[in-house]
Amino acid sequence: MSALPSLTIADLQGDRKRRNKEARMKVVFRIAAMLSIVISALIVFTLVRGAIDFLRLVPIGDLIDSAKVPGWFPRRERFDLPTVLLGSVIMGSIAMVVAVPFGLGTAIFLSEYASPRTRKVLKPVIEVLAGMPSVVVGYFALKFIAPDIVQPIFSPDKVQNMLAAGMGIGILIIPIMASVSEDALSAVPSSLREASYGVGARKSSTVAKVVLPAAVSGIVAAFIIAVSRAIGETMVATMAGGLDGSGARATSPLDPGLSITAALTNAAGGTDGVNSGAPYQVLFFLGLLLFALTMILNLIGDRFVRRVRQKY
Amino acid sequence: MALVSPTVRSSTQEQVRQGLTRRDRNVAGLVLQVLLLLAVLTTLLILFTLVIRLVTPAVPVFRERGFGFLTGTIGSDPDKVGIWPGLYGSFFIGLGIVLIGIPLGIAAAIYLEEYAHDSRLNRFIVVNIRNLAGVPAVIYGVLGLTIFVGWLDPITQGKTVIAAALTLAVLVLPIIIITASEAIRAVPQGLRDAGYGVGASRWEVTRDHVLPYAAPGILTGTVLSLARALGEAAPLILIGAITGLLPRTSLDGAFTALPMTIYSWSSKADVPGSVLGFENVAAAAGVVLLLLVLFFNIIAVVLRNKYEKKRTGT
Repeated sequence: MSALPSLTIADLQGDRKRRNKEARMKVVFRIAAMLSIVISALIVFTLVRGAIDFLRLVPIGDLIDSAKVPGWFPRRERFDLPTVLLGSVIMGSIAMVVAVPFGLGTAIFLSEYASPRTRKVLKPVIEVLAGMPSVVVGYFALKFIAPDIVQPIFSPDKVQNMLAAGMGIGILIIPIMASVSEDALSAVPSSLREASYGVGARKSSTVAKVVLPAAVSGIVAAFIIAVSRAIGETMVATMAGGLDGSGARATSPLDPGLSITAALTNAAGGTDGVNSGAPYQVLFFLGLLLFALTMILNLIGDRFVRRVRQKY
Repeated sequence: MALVSPTVRSSTQEQVRQGLTRRDRNVAGLVLQVLLLLAVLTTLLILFTLVIRLVTPAVPVFRERGFGFLTGTIGSDPDKVGIWPGLYGSFFIGLGIVLIGIPLGIAAAIYLEEYAHDSRLNRFIVVNIRNLAGVPAVIYGVLGLTIFVGWLDPITQGKTVIAAALTLAVLVLPIIIITASEAIRAVPQGLRDAGYGVGASRWEVTRDHVLPYAAPGILTGTVLSLARALGEAAPLILIGAITGLLPRTSLDGAFTALPMTIYSWSSKADVPGSVLGFENVAAAAGVVLLLLVLFFNIIAVVLRNKYEKKRTGT
């Protein structure tokens, strides 16, 4: 009886070339994945370092302008933080007033009322709106919403104002509001709807009293993520906000105003190659502010999204 | 024992019959339905108005200038300007994303889906990527300004299209990773197990089985990210895209991109005596950009449909 050829571990591992290749590929993929951490670290490093440099030039106490007419005037070294914060809050709020009813309405319609055929037509159309470049919406806000919608109805002092810009931002975030809420509504199990119909409830009460409450954390998530997008939206606020990088503190939506993002782009684009001094350095400080704000909102939003996933 | 008691009072009987046969109008439900329909129709109307208000002022530009609008350069006379420098810049930005962003994104997705164990570090990477996807585009401009324009100046030559391409490649990286991960996750486990069963290594299984199966899904995501990057203007303002005059297009000199031309022309005052206004050329550039973005979106939708059909068909 001949002995069986004994297999060693080396035989099972295959030849060396193959093993080396396998190890090399793993390293390559691992580096690619680690790159995302490097990017995050670089973002934080860049922003924090630049913001500290800015605060060396302009002490924190000076970030609330004490002049009679406070405002954001980088060239005169007047950096009034409430001006840009108010600008972002006002434009963001107007955007949400536009985006919530249309976005949420579209989501409920698509998920609860639309026939499969309507959905098939409607969804790609909403996706076109989602893919709309923000600069095109900026043009629309500047050349249509401001002169042809806001001007005749509210007759503001200036044609360009925060109301028009906010409406433009709202149009841009309708799709994100719609798609995140629709995901939440579709995640509600149909057994819940069937149970509601089973006890004799109508479609409308089922939607209002069963489906919406069940999807509420997802809808809250959609709202928070949309707010984060609205605050981070740059082009529309820069193009249609009505100011060229400086202006007085504005409290009315009918005034022209500066958002954090608009002040940021103007700090980079308006200095004509000068890249030192407070008017330039402020862009890192604004960047850090914007980064922190959107990050907090995104983290809260993410937590709500996860809650939906856990539930169903 | 009778199941139905014969002594039901006639008034109750009447009530039940009424309850079942009464034709009552559900006012609240009707109102809700009308409101929802109104929301959808208004959204569609906004989109429709936007397109009309973009195309109408653009028509005279295409009629007057024709092909010259695509090959002309940017300048101060709206009758003579064109979008060639913008197309040039956007093309190289797209190329940069294809060459750098997409391979890196897919590689990272492969690591996360095929190689990574459920360790604390790997979970952190996933959370980190999700956060990066939510960072406003303009922040990537600040990053690009410091890293690609400043630190990597020897490679990028400062404010050039190379720096822009690298910045936007970093911007779309998290989106590519997320969509590619989803496509790879959708590959049935049996496919991998079969590969391992015949002795293939992890990379061989990934290359020969997982990636081909996930390819349409990965492609859809990358095409969409390309469309998004082409429309992005905010980071380009930060890294110094040109809005005024651009004598010549080059890889190592001043640059601009299609969305930047729209941005700069939108706010320019009209030149007296010219046939076309800057408003018109801005709209025309907007139409070209929108067509490009739509083209990429349509490719993505076609790919996705084909892929879904194939999966359900077999």
